[in-house]
Amino acid sequence: MANIKELSKQKELFTGGHRACAGCGAAIVARQVLAVAGPNTVVVSATGCLEVVSTIFPYTAWNVPFLHSAFENAAATISGVEALYKSWVRQGKYDKKLNFIAFGGDGGTYDIGLQSLSGAMERGHNILYVCYNNEAYMNTGVQRSGATPKGADTTTAPVGKVKKGKEQYRKNLTEIMVAHGIPYVAQAVVGNWRDLASKVEKALSIEGPKFINVFQPCRLGWSYKPELTCELGRLAVETCTWPLYEVVDGIYKITYKPKEKKAVSEWLNMQGRFRHLAKPENKPIVDDIQAQTDKFWENLLKKESVV
Amino acid sequence: MPKINTVARTGNEAMAEAMRQINPDVVAAYPITPATEIVQIFASYVADGLVDTEFVPVESEHSAMSACIGASAAGGRTMTGTSSQGLALMAEMLYIASGLRLPIVLADVNRALSSPINIHCDHSDTMMIRDSGWIQIFSENAEEAYDNMIQAVKIAETAALPTMVTTDGFIISHGMERVDIFDDKDVKDFVGPKKLGHYLLNMEKPITLGALDLQDYYFEHRRQLAQAMIDSKAIILDVAKSFKEKFARSYGLFESYKLDDADRAIVVMGSTAGTAKVVADDLRAKGIKAGVLKLRVFRPFPKKEIAEALKNIKAVAVMDRSDTISGNEGPLALEIKAALFDSNIKKDIPDYIFGLGGREIRLEDIGSVYKDLGEMIDGKSKPKVTYLGVRE
Repeated sequence: MANIKELSKQKELFTGGHRACAGCGAAIVARQVLAVAGPNTVVVSATGCLEVVSTIFPYTAWNVPFLHSAFENAAATISGVEALYKSWVRQGKYDKKLNFIAFGGDGGTYDIGLQSLSGAMERGHNILYVCYNNEAYMNTGVQRSGATPKGADTTTAPVGKVKKGKEQYRKNLTEIMVAHGIPYVAQAVVGNWRDLASKVEKALSIEGPKFINVFQPCRLGWSYKPELTCELGRLAVETCTWPLYEVVDGIYKITYKPKEKKAVSEWLNMQGRFRHLAKPENKPIVDDIQAQTDKFWENLLKKESVV
Repeated sequence: MPKINTVARTGNEAMAEAMRQINPDVVAAYPITPATEIVQIFASYVADGLVDTEFVPVESEHSAMSACIGASAAGGRTMTGTSSQGLALMAEMLYIASGLRLPIVLADVNRALSSPINIHCDHSDTMMIRDSGWIQIFSENAEEAYDNMIQAVKIAETAALPTMVTTDGFIISHGMERVDIFDDKDVKDFVGPKKLGHYLLNMEKPITLGALDLQDYYFEHRRQLAQAMIDSKAIILDVAKSFKEKFARSYGLFESYKLDDADRAIVVMGSTAGTAKVVADDLRAKGIKAGVLKLRVFRPFPKKEIAEALKNIKAVAVMDRSDTISGNEGPLALEIKAALFDSNIKKDIPDYIFGLGGREIRLEDIGSVYKDLGEMIDGKSKPKVTYLGVRE
């Protein structure tokens, strides 16, 4: 893999000048993924922050072919692009080697786009789907999604006099993807570029459907200072809130293990969306989040030990 | 003269045959009665290596149109088929296909919309998305469906507008008829290779497609779409002309059946036009000057041409195989009335909403419409809307 110096000297494929918030993690994901994928890449994006901030007509931040059609169908749309490519290659009309990458937020991936994603993965298209997962519908103003964790304050599961934010646990989409039996599934994070880059590189070297779930702090929806995006990402990993791992042909490998697992409360306390959890009466919720986090981490360690 | 192979085919088989001869780059489709057979037969062509097509058996009609959009944007000739609820589920993507100016061709087998659920023919599905920016071409029988599919490819790609060809569910889709099929090579020559303009897989010139268009550009792009639909009328006629030159079969925006000297006429679309022609012939044998205007192209709507064709006819009725549920007439009658109004032709046009959910339309039913028209000529008035053939 290229080192960061080499990567930084390449022509930017996701350029500056887009309208993302200061400290936006989604823009970091797009830039780093494309830096690894290179210019022979076709991108499809779901409706969402990334598409909105990068393609305000007549401007575009994309130096590679880019297509957006709707919210719930990035996987189906890129299926069509890849199918045409296959057809042309078979007919001898096209001979370039191309990467096909779809980007979708957690709303467009976990929720409204899950069917489309599942179908595309089951059909075995040679695509990489990257979910930039900021754990809520940020583009429409921080509504809860299937990826929103328990206890988070969102505009459709707000903290009120009776309710304490989202009452349900988040869905485990990474494991749903593993259950599809596809050759490559991984979790990555904004704040560990090397881990993300090596996962993208590995994914693109494999024929077939690939899925990477990139945990992406959102300064607007999570309510923190914009310069803390990467630090929050790393802290999610250090607390095992978001373990970094990959599943290659069903074999689990944790790609980073914290030397000392930090308390989840340390991560929660840095974000406005969990502010209410600092109150003593909400300690049971924090304890529950910690217990859930521990359980998932232990499960993951067990899965890794099975070869 | 073109080489002709006379065969017995259902409408679905005829449409699948046209697709085989067109040999699109990508077909993405999902099963739904009564359109399933089209893609099922096509899948067997793929399995037998008779086409170069990449077939994408998607998990829903929404994904079918999404994949078609991906494939068409990427540069490929792209087709699909569906019906009823499938078309309804696609609706969001149909608007996006036309907005992106992608020449996708869709075979729509007309079927009623739920609820109640029903698998039989009416035109509610096509009418539901009549303002989606798709060219809409209706067929009277299996052979027309075959011819329309072949022409649709050229129309769509010249106009840069997606195009749907419809048949009446079960009546045409499953009815076995005589169809004169053309030679593979002649069809291939007629449709020709797809001309590539801007396309996604052109890595020399990366494009961004589907950008966010705000107050400063959206309106201009929608205006261009509206103009493309206006301009497509001439394209449809041009394609019909070259089709006639090559295959000796004649098409227009509509068919005027014995209209020249008619004093009464029915405007109707789809297979019912065939039934209406039989009734008109019977009436003619009795000395009654009956005619039929069979509308082939609903979008773009040939306003002026229809007004011109109907202006000298004393009494005109519209038969609508769908309803607007608006307190007004069905969609076809509303458009016909607007066409006549704009040409300063004042006529009472009764609308007969018929055949919903596959309710049979008999010769006597159509006879009763002509009888009403006769009474109108004699000075009687008729209701604006009559639900024909319903128990009430």
